[in-house]
Amino acid sequence: MSLRIVVCVKYVPDATGDRHFAEDLTVDRDDVDGLLSELDEYAVEQALQIKEAADDAEITVLTVGPEDASDALRKALSMGADKGVHVEDDDLHGTDALGTSLVLAKAIEKTGYDLVVCGMASTDGTMGVLPALLAERLGVPQVTQLSEVSVEGGVVTGRRDGDTASEQLEAALPAVISVTDQSGEARYPSFKGIMAAKKKPVESLDLDDLDIEADEVGLEGAWTAVDEAAERPARTAGTIVKDEGEGAKQLAEFLAGQKFI
Amino acid sequence: MAEVLVYVDHVDGAVRKPTLELLTLARRIGEPVAVHLGANAEEAAKVLGEHGAVKVLAADAPEFAEYLVAPKVDALQAAYDAVSPAAVLLPSSAEGKEIGARLAVRIGSGIITDAVDLEAGDEGPVATQSVFAASFTTKSRVSKGTPVITVKPNSAAPEAAPAAGTVEQLAVTIADSSKGTKIVSRTPRESTGRPELTEAAIVVSGGRGVNGAENFPVIEALADSLGAAVGASRAAVDAGWYPHTNQVGQTGKSVSPQLYIAAGISGAIQHRAGMQTSKTIVAINKDAEAPIFDLVDYGVVGDLFDVVPALTEEVKTRKG
Ligand SMILES: Cc1cc2nc3c(=O)[nH]c(=O)nc-3n(C[C@H](O)[C@H](O)[C@H](O)COP(=O)(O)OP(=O)(O)OC[C@H]3O[C@@H](n4cnc5c(N)ncnc54)[C@H](O)[C@@H]3O)c2cc1C
Ligand SMILES: Nc1ncnc2c1ncn2[C@@H]1O[C@H](COP(=O)(O)O)[C@@H](O)[C@H]1O
Repeated sequence: MSLRIVVCVKYVPDATGDRHFAEDLTVDRDDVDGLLSELDEYAVEQALQIKEAADDAEITVLTVGPEDASDALRKALSMGADKGVHVEDDDLHGTDALGTSLVLAKAIEKTGYDLVVCGMASTDGTMGVLPALLAERLGVPQVTQLSEVSVEGGVVTGRRDGDTASEQLEAALPAVISVTDQSGEARYPSFKGIMAAKKKPVESLDLDDLDIEADEVGLEGAWTAVDEAAERPARTAGTIVKDEGEGAKQLAEFLAGQKFI
Repeated sequence: MAEVLVYVDHVDGAVRKPTLELLTLARRIGEPVAVHLGANAEEAAKVLGEHGAVKVLAADAPEFAEYLVAPKVDALQAAYDAVSPAAVLLPSSAEGKEIGARLAVRIGSGIITDAVDLEAGDEGPVATQSVFAASFTTKSRVSKGTPVITVKPNSAAPEAAPAAGTVEQLAVTIADSSKGTKIVSRTPRESTGRPELTEAAIVVSGGRGVNGAENFPVIEALADSLGAAVGASRAAVDAGWYPHTNQVGQTGKSVSPQLYIAAGISGAIQHRAGMQTSKTIVAINKDAEAPIFDLVDYGVVGDLFDVVPALTEEVKTRKG
């Protein structure tokens, strides 16, 4: 039977743009250009490699996000994924991590899966908790933060490089995994891939389709509340000197003045 | 007073510094009760008690080391059921966040990650976070359930606050469903003898400008003269010059030391995301236009191979 892979990809505001908050203190997704979270490209890449190593596999890319989030799906499809699922609903505005995990879990179950692949963290929220939340909600093993991964005979194995140790992990499918940016460069979409992606199917789902009530998600349903968001005051301009032989001395003087030496 | 659960991060009973910071923050909200999973709870309890833990709930089971994350969630949930705390605090490590997230689902609570400060508020603990590569500061709280909050290292100075630190055994049943991910083998990281990157008071980092693994000893020598940890930009890590565990930035470690010295690093947004909250920032870069200079308290435009070794000598002389 075919190996069903679902890759969760997020559409995020460009980190090199001027990211800010909207008036309701949610992330402003209108005024800043968005794109497929760069860390999720690694998830798509590993899914593609797992598919290439398998006899028969199909990759569905899944996103929860506003209309423009379809750009993220298209990018993943042009890299080589087979089809897309886009969960989109006005009532999703302001959904937090717990809410997003609820929606993703229902959409994953509806799609059908053997393996869920996530990025290590989103580049806007940078929480890195969604994969664990999904494993908990789906009731399947969590094999996360992998720098190396492979799937064979219904078993996923991988290496997790932690703070104090490097661990070799193993779990039977179905499972949720997440991969780091150490797992291997993501491929660029080829021209052929970009053309083919235009014809690949993308299914659109709303909260009704997933049997989720509006008050379980969105800003109202959120489990957390942001009360204040303030731009960090610009750092006061520092002293900059040109090294003409005295640079190290001057720097040492500064460090001594600050009591570091 | 309400109790606050603090998840203990330790290596064989040696409590890591971020946990002591958590205890300090926990005392602002209530009475800290530490949860120690694994060996040597008695030894850990001494340090935990000195920093304000009234109680240490201890459990040890082989499953904690044999399976990833989930058995620890079972144990933390048992502690939660035993105490009915006002909040649950964990360190913002990859594991701390994952344990916190799964507990949050189980107890129907919201989770806040990567807090850099915590204070008591009318509607529960208020967490300060630094977002969008530290260009914004937010204040948030958990609005449903018992707040689960993970806190970054260096968010508070650990304070001594002697308390009983009484060890109590915690009864834990580990579900079969928590044994899904086997840890087949574990290779501990070799210690460099330098301070832990995320805990260090001073960090010296090198980037592409270091131009080769063979030159990193230049950075290490400065770090050693200052008693600092060594960091690296992703460019240096990707080139294979320094281990990934030392990477500073969005996909590496996030550091917040008293002093951060960047040598041969341009200051890309993803790098800044991991160091912008440092108290004092210093850069050495030969390009006067490098964006890192926008952040610095003190910058030297110059060749790092001139400046860094000379600075190391200056530091050694001054320290005598
Ligand atoms: C999704 C994603 C995640 C990322 N995560 C991270 C991350 O976690 N951490 C991170 O650091 N980056 C990260 N990056 C990469 C980041 O965008 C930059 O590419 C990287 O930080 C650049 O490293 P660098 O400053 O060392 O190199 P460069 O940008 O090449 O800068 C090198 C600097 O060294 C100076 N220099 C050269 N020679 C000398 C000399 N002899 N003396 C003095 N100065 C010299 C140059 O003037 C230059 O400014 C990420 C990127 C992406 C897309
Ligand atoms: N809205 C979303 N839609 C699809 N996948 C998501 C979404 N948010 C997070 N993810 C996935 O979860 C991972 C971790 O996200 P986070 O916990 O938000 O840092 C990401 O790399 C994605 O794979």
